[in-house]
Amino acid sequence: MYHYTDFDAAFLAERNAQFRAQVERRIDGSLTEDEFKPLRLMNGLYLQLHAYMLRVAIPYGTLNSRQMEKLADIADKWDKGYGHFTTRQNIQYNWPQLRDVPDMLDALAEVNMHAIQTSGNTIRNVTADHFAGAAADEVADPRPVAELIRQWSTDHPEFQFLPRKFKVAVTGAQADRAVIKAHDIGLQIVSQNGEIGFKVIIGGGLGRTPMIGKVLYDFVAQADLLPTIEAIVSVYNLLGRRDNKYKARIKITVHENGIEDIRSRVDARYALIRDEFTGVDQQMLSRIESDFAAPEFRKGDDTPYHTAYQHDPLFRSWADTNIAAHKNPDYAIVSISLKAHGKTPGDASSRQMRLMAGLAKRYGHDELRISHEQNVILPHVHRGDLPSVYYALKAEGLGTANIGLISDIIACPGMDYCALATARSIPIAQEIATHFDALKLEHEVGPLKIKISGCINACGHHHVGHIGILGLDRAGVENYQITLGGDGTEDAHIGERAGPGFSADQVIPAVERIVMAYLDLRNEASETFLQTYRRLGLAPFKAALYPEARADAA
Amino acid sequence: MPKAFTPKVVTANALLEGDVIYLTATGWTRDLALAEVLTDEADADLRLIEASAQVDHVVGAYLANVTVIDGIPTPVHFREDFRATGPSNYAHGKQATRQQEQF
Repeated sequence: MYHYTDFDAAFLAERNAQFRAQVERRIDGSLTEDEFKPLRLMNGLYLQLHAYMLRVAIPYGTLNSRQMEKLADIADKWDKGYGHFTTRQNIQYNWPQLRDVPDMLDALAEVNMHAIQTSGNTIRNVTADHFAGAAADEVADPRPVAELIRQWSTDHPEFQFLPRKFKVAVTGAQADRAVIKAHDIGLQIVSQNGEIGFKVIIGGGLGRTPMIGKVLYDFVAQADLLPTIEAIVSVYNLLGRRDNKYKARIKITVHENGIEDIRSRVDARYALIRDEFTGVDQQMLSRIESDFAAPEFRKGDDTPYHTAYQHDPLFRSWADTNIAAHKNPDYAIVSISLKAHGKTPGDASSRQMRLMAGLAKRYGHDELRISHEQNVILPHVHRGDLPSVYYALKAEGLGTANIGLISDIIACPGMDYCALATARSIPIAQEIATHFDALKLEHEVGPLKIKISGCINACGHHHVGHIGILGLDRAGVENYQITLGGDGTEDAHIGERAGPGFSADQVIPAVERIVMAYLDLRNEASETFLQTYRRLGLAPFKAALYPEARADAA
Repeated sequence: MPKAFTPKVVTANALLEGDVIYLTATGWTRDLALAEVLTDEADADLRLIEASAQVDHVVGAYLANVTVIDGIPTPVHFREDFRATGPSNYAHGKQATRQQEQF
């Protein structure tokens, strides 16, 4: 866990004092909305459909129990007793009042948190693999370098007015759990002849024009990473299009100019600026790395795990779906589902936040993570403690055994909250989850990722959902387009649009037809939805989705 | 032929609370049912200009279409329906206030 220096604390205090004064000047009429808006956005404050929304960064998804407790306190004191975890490892409060926001930011600063650069055309919260530091398949922990990038990008004078927002994600493993190929810059820690370095991918992104990122460099040495990133953003800052908002992201810059052209520009820029990086960043990185040293794992008895696994089918089901392999065989990574059937994906009440904080303190070396899939992770739990953790979670509605299954749905806030949305996402997610729960098919269907966005901006990652759902406004009625075969992992792939969209009450039966077709088509129970789709392509699923078209053709 | 003018209300968000408000003949209301229905285009444009000028109280004023049912303005588009009601996943926002008023 990164420890704030005096410099960090002073910077945050000053920034919060500035924003407090800006809010006061807006309220007393000294600032117009046009003047105030860019200032509030730089501090994560949006004005949404029903209220303001404060988006708080959870850098690389890492929290300690004190921070999680503070998030709960803020939810109770200034919001409606809950928070919404997002696909970019942020937490959003949906109901703050303008006068209270400076106090909320001061409360966050007490636990070294902030909302800086969670909006605006800047480098946003740096995200990372939510299993970072714990995963069995990891080359190295991606969080130290993510923290270095956070510090470098925060208030970076050259990059406060980029052509458009800019998102960076880092993973330390070959298995990509951070969707790095759908980011402006995706970084993968790799080892080459014993040396740690980075594969650098640029130009990925979802939204209106989805693109899979392209490899800019296969290997960049650790000491050269920051100047490389600075060169990339610098090239984009000059070359990126400011004439058209829809063509302003780096994915379009890369697409229009070609990766070779961009590479030669980045090389040239890099040569110019490399000497400015005198190694101070590497000294800072080694200090940061010591902050992220692995906890002292304990030896212990795992009999309670085996006993519960043998005797309690509910625990067994949960353990089979919600637990991942830890680098220490005595330990496990616990994914806590924020997707109880029928609940809002990604929402946690203040009670639930406090419970998770308490479990982290008691059983989890004081660490929590937020995943881009809108769940909470306890990265370090001794296997012997798993039953205790499970029964405590279950008592607060957090024991749902559905990680990676059909009801573990990503959904953006959609038109229930978002001013940009064209349709609702949350009720569709709720209905799909309750429908398949009632059918008792979830575990039979197996791994299946449904991702729902309420507009073309794709915060719900629908393009990389195995089943993607995009909510649109068709002549004043909510309409849902389905894409199939998307994948957000290391084999990233943009889903194919299946055909005409469905009304809100038709989309759940449509999803059911796809799932039933899969159960018919799969070779064996172990062939996943995505494997079946890749083997057979869109056609059989399309036929199931549009039976009337098949009847017409016959 | 120009399109016939359909009834409208002026709506915005309140600066301090951020919630949805509607223009009345004398000020602002948080309840669409109490909003002033504008049936004349020139009048509507003028009222929007007046509302937008109140920069110390309101943000983002615009004209929203309504239909008048039994004398009460009702949203035409589903987006305005959500703004007038609140989110569908929790009884928060205006629907919560309305329930309290009924009690």
